Amino acid sequence: MEKIYYTPTHEYLRVVENDEAYVGITDYAQHALGNVVYVDMPEVGDEFSEGDDFGAIESVKAASDLIIPASGEVIEVNEALTDNPRLINENAMEAWIIKIKLTDPAELDSLMDLDAYNQYVESEQ
Amino acid sequence: MKTTCLHDLHKELGAQMSPFGGFDMPIQYEGIVEEHNAVREACGVFDVSHMGEVLVTGPRATEFVNYIFTNDVTAAAPGQCLYGMMLNEQGGVVDDLLVYVLENANYLLVINASNIDKDVNWILHHAKDFDCTVTNQSDDYGELAIQGPEAEKVITNVLGLEIDDLKFYTFKIIDFGQHRIIVSRTGYTGEDGFEIYADRELTRMFWSRLIASGQAKPCGLGCRDTLRFEVALPLYGDELADDITPLEAGLGIFVKLDKPDFIGRDAIAKQKAEGPARKIVGLEILDRAIARHGTEVLDPDGNVIGTVTTGYRGISVDKSLAMALIDARFAALGTKLQVKVRRKIFPAEVVSKKFYKKSYKK
Repeated sequence: MEKIYYTPTHEYLRVVENDEAYVGITDYAQHALGNVVYVDMPEVGDEFSEGDDFGAIESVKAASDLIIPASGEVIEVNEALTDNPRLINENAMEAWIIKIKLTDPAELDSLMDLDAYNQYVESEQ
Repeated sequence: MKTTCLHDLHKELGAQMSPFGGFDMPIQYEGIVEEHNAVREACGVFDVSHMGEVLVTGPRATEFVNYIFTNDVTAAAPGQCLYGMMLNEQGGVVDDLLVYVLENANYLLVINASNIDKDVNWILHHAKDFDCTVTNQSDDYGELAIQGPEAEKVITNVLGLEIDDLKFYTFKIIDFGQHRIIVSRTGYTGEDGFEIYADRELTRMFWSRLIASGQAKPCGLGCRDTLRFEVALPLYGDELADDITPLEAGLGIFVKLDKPDFIGRDAIAKQKAEGPARKIVGLEILDRAIARHGTEVLDPDGNVIGTVTTGYRGISVDKSLAMALIDARFAALGTKLQVKVRRKIFPAEVVSKKFYKKSYKK
């Protein structure tokens, strides 16, 4: 069954099957950024540890680092974002940025679920 | 942190606020793109009350202003605005400013918010040798910039001010009830537009009327920066600094070397004769990547030859663009260069920094 986890830096990680997961930014994050004009993505095969920045997302105003929610190897990048980064504004949960193979699924326990994330967002405002 | 006289009204409009030049300023309301396009296509209003105003009066005010300012105030009649810079002895820019030439050889200097303290100290220090009086009036004035092709119509209809006779870079003083205001045909967007200096109370009334009319979109400093960038207007702190000269910034026409002596003159004359070693150029990044302020610019062999001063994905021009201060040997149009954005290197090409055509009404 799919399960979605969230980070304090507003990324989500959607686990699908075989320890594979999609990583993107939340709707709250895309709204705060405004028009996304560029996504700096890693390459397939790149490996990251939990908390590493794996790229950056740029709005008109500024660049923000993308932080990986859990350790893993990049197995796919969302090429559609190269020519159309605004897909993230249109539907952030669908417009994932990278797909990773988790190397330590136990790390997921320290991430937030939707209820905890919603409370976190409210407390931030 | 300082606030302008419109601070509470920005919050009411739901503005995203952020520090700029020591003030808590609105960066955007609806969004940078929407606000940018409103100014290019119709009319937007900006709170620019953070700008500083310094009045210079007295018997030797003309000589003094001409001594600290690169443009020539003796060549201007009352009612004219002059753009120029104050330089240090090395020819670096202390600040860029507008000088309003008032009647009776009085001058109003409009300076950048981030430099108010530095500038006032600089001006007072040099004024000691001249018989003139310097008054920092920055806290007395509010300032609105109403910009865009419909600005003239909106100001006429909504504020009832007669301004259609103002030519580009001129101003007039209008008595509005008990208030005295200055209106100039100036701006920082590349579009036709006006700037209105009034006391804090009247500034609030003008702002409220403009917003209520629905004819002027509230615009934040976010789009002020994208608008000025697309038409290559410099921002102090990016394209201008204490260690960047007007010649390096491509602003030599605002430095009048043939007028009597002024601070920085010798340094600029020398640099002009030798040719500046660095220049601000336009860059097109041949990718979607955006080279922001501070990004390294490389030659084809990978050697660092300069840094980006401002960079955006253009809004009126759909390209990744930058202004950069680079080694002058690489400044020719068409030169192939590279930029290093985070871990990656992208190709770039030197292009005219006038990315978008200004449409001033002269």
